[in-house]
Amino acid sequence: MSQIKIVNLQKSFGDFTAVKNSNLTINDKEFFVLLGPSGCGKTTTLRMIAGLELPTSGEIYLGDEEVGMLRASERDIAFVFQLFALYPHMNVRNNLSFPLKMQGYKKSDIKNRVEEAAKLLRIDHILNSNISSLSGGDRQRVALGRALVRRPKAFLMDEPLGTLDAEFRELMCLELKKLHLDIGATTVYVTHDQLEAMSLADRIAVMDGGEILQADEPNVIYNKPKTKFVASFIGSPGMNFFEVHEGISKDQSFVNIEGAKFDIPKQLEESRGSKNFFGIRPENLTLDNNEGLKGSVFGVEYLGSRKIITVKTSLGEIKVKTDISVKVKLNENVQVKPSNNNIIIFDGETDKSLNSEFIK
Amino acid sequence: MDTSRSYLEPSSFSKKMAAAIIIVYAVITLIPISWMVMTSFKNVDSAISYPPEVLFEPSLEGYVNLFTNRSRQSQEYLDSLPPPENWYEELVRSREMVITGPSKFLGRYSNSMIIGFGSTFASVFLGALAAYAFSRFRVPLKDDLLFFILSTRMFPPIAVAVPIFIMYRKLGLGDTHLGMIILYTVVNLSLAVWLLKGFMDEIPKEYEEAAMIDGYSRLQAFFKVVLPQAMTGIAATAIFCMIFSWNEYAFAVLLTQFNAQTAPPFIPTIIGEGGLDWPAIGAGTTLFLLPVMIFTIILRKHLLRGITFGAVRK
Repeated sequence: MSQIKIVNLQKSFGDFTAVKNSNLTINDKEFFVLLGPSGCGKTTTLRMIAGLELPTSGEIYLGDEEVGMLRASERDIAFVFQLFALYPHMNVRNNLSFPLKMQGYKKSDIKNRVEEAAKLLRIDHILNSNISSLSGGDRQRVALGRALVRRPKAFLMDEPLGTLDAEFRELMCLELKKLHLDIGATTVYVTHDQLEAMSLADRIAVMDGGEILQADEPNVIYNKPKTKFVASFIGSPGMNFFEVHEGISKDQSFVNIEGAKFDIPKQLEESRGSKNFFGIRPENLTLDNNEGLKGSVFGVEYLGSRKIITVKTSLGEIKVKTDISVKVKLNENVQVKPSNNNIIIFDGETDKSLNSEFIK
Repeated sequence: MDTSRSYLEPSSFSKKMAAAIIIVYAVITLIPISWMVMTSFKNVDSAISYPPEVLFEPSLEGYVNLFTNRSRQSQEYLDSLPPPENWYEELVRSREMVITGPSKFLGRYSNSMIIGFGSTFASVFLGALAAYAFSRFRVPLKDDLLFFILSTRMFPPIAVAVPIFIMYRKLGLGDTHLGMIILYTVVNLSLAVWLLKGFMDEIPKEYEEAAMIDGYSRLQAFFKVVLPQAMTGIAATAIFCMIFSWNEYAFAVLLTQFNAQTAPPFIPTIIGEGGLDWPAIGAGTTLFLLPVMIFTIILRKHLLRGITFGAVRK
């Protein structure tokens, strides 16, 4: 097992730059998730680490070795594909022993290691089955098993739960987490599903447009997003933003929006321009009868223990996450106000969050 | 009223109609072939009798004549010989002839085998490699190259007979097995590349990628993972290539005479006494049908079985 480090990694396909100048260090034994919308470069990054794509420029270190230009077969990593890519002309046992055969293990060793991995993944009863007769969950386990038997330096997974139905996905998510705790292998996991990312990851890197915007622990990503994109992409629904038509100066502790005055955490950094964004998560907003932004109820979604109320205001639609006991009717006039001071100001020019007492 | 079947299912009447049409069609196509097989088991007289005999006493004369050279002898000479040692000598003597040696048929037949299977293997092997490259790599001018490959099929191969004849004479390839294998491979290759490319395109590239991650080189991945999954396409392509090179007549007549002559130009030259020896020709043609038939039956299970089905969720 080892650390993975990418330095100034770049990948272009013709005129299109899929991955821009990325730097990342993935620690030994860490479960690291690359998260982002489709086309953000997360899969390309993963494929470059695997050796399925060669970088246009930059370096990839696996442990202490620079592997950027090595073939996939020379890197000693395992890859779990979204579509599993189990060899259909072999049964489960042969699929699992396929990587070991290449490495010239003795027959008895191969048998032992295959059975050990099968036991760990609870697929030992289907070793002699054909791939086509397996359920999605079992195929997923076989794909993991094929990665596992080799005891590689790192596991790379490209949306491995993407094709499973919701019920299985939750189950496999738990199993993956448990498996990771059992074997403690460095894992890089690509997904577009933030819930999956949040529940699995030790650390998450959020990517967009080929750039790594932020790499942090899940709670930091959620509570202290570094850019507006991260704030809006993480959380369901994402953060609310209001335009602030004034420059933010150091030590400022309120802003004016549409003539109303809002308290903000004491700012430690000043903005570059005079157009900025006030960001607040839906759960930090509340409905009020006397003060706050005026608007009308546009929609209500029930989430079991919470409900999301969409309020149409002069600043646009605002999502408010409230307690289930709050009763509102469609088109009812309400007022929205922050319930605490967990507010982030984003610089309008750079889209980056400004440091404050709340987010340092 | 029968309400057990769904409206989407064909009625039992239309099923019966379909079966009847297929049977009629099968009978019509099978008549010439069964007549040929019947002729091969007739004797020389019943083969040309009029009206044609449908029921006849079977004889192996055609097969004996096919495999032997014979000469006619006087009755006194035949009487002076020791009694025949086996059934076919007896059969030949009853026609007042003696066996002078084996005919050339077996040699021609094995030439057909060598050239047919040799060129089929070469076409499929080279075709698979080329198809894989066209399917997976960024080949410059890919579309033009593919069109160029296809264009070799836009004229009948025999149209280039004269240049090929001259080239083969200069190169010393005329009347050689290698020459015929090369020729048939060239003709079949464009078909093989196009057919196999279609099948290769259907195989997700994740399989090779998985194999390469598992420590195999691209070539090893091609042989161990891609080829087994392309079996359906390979079987279909092999059958087409085999049928062409097995049946090819015009080039075989032109380019082969002794050493590498195949069965198609040989069979019509089986001359009997006072006319063509129809039972022997029937026997030669019947035996000639068998390899392609067996080859197709062996590969049929690959044609019918979609082995990649269900292995990748799409």
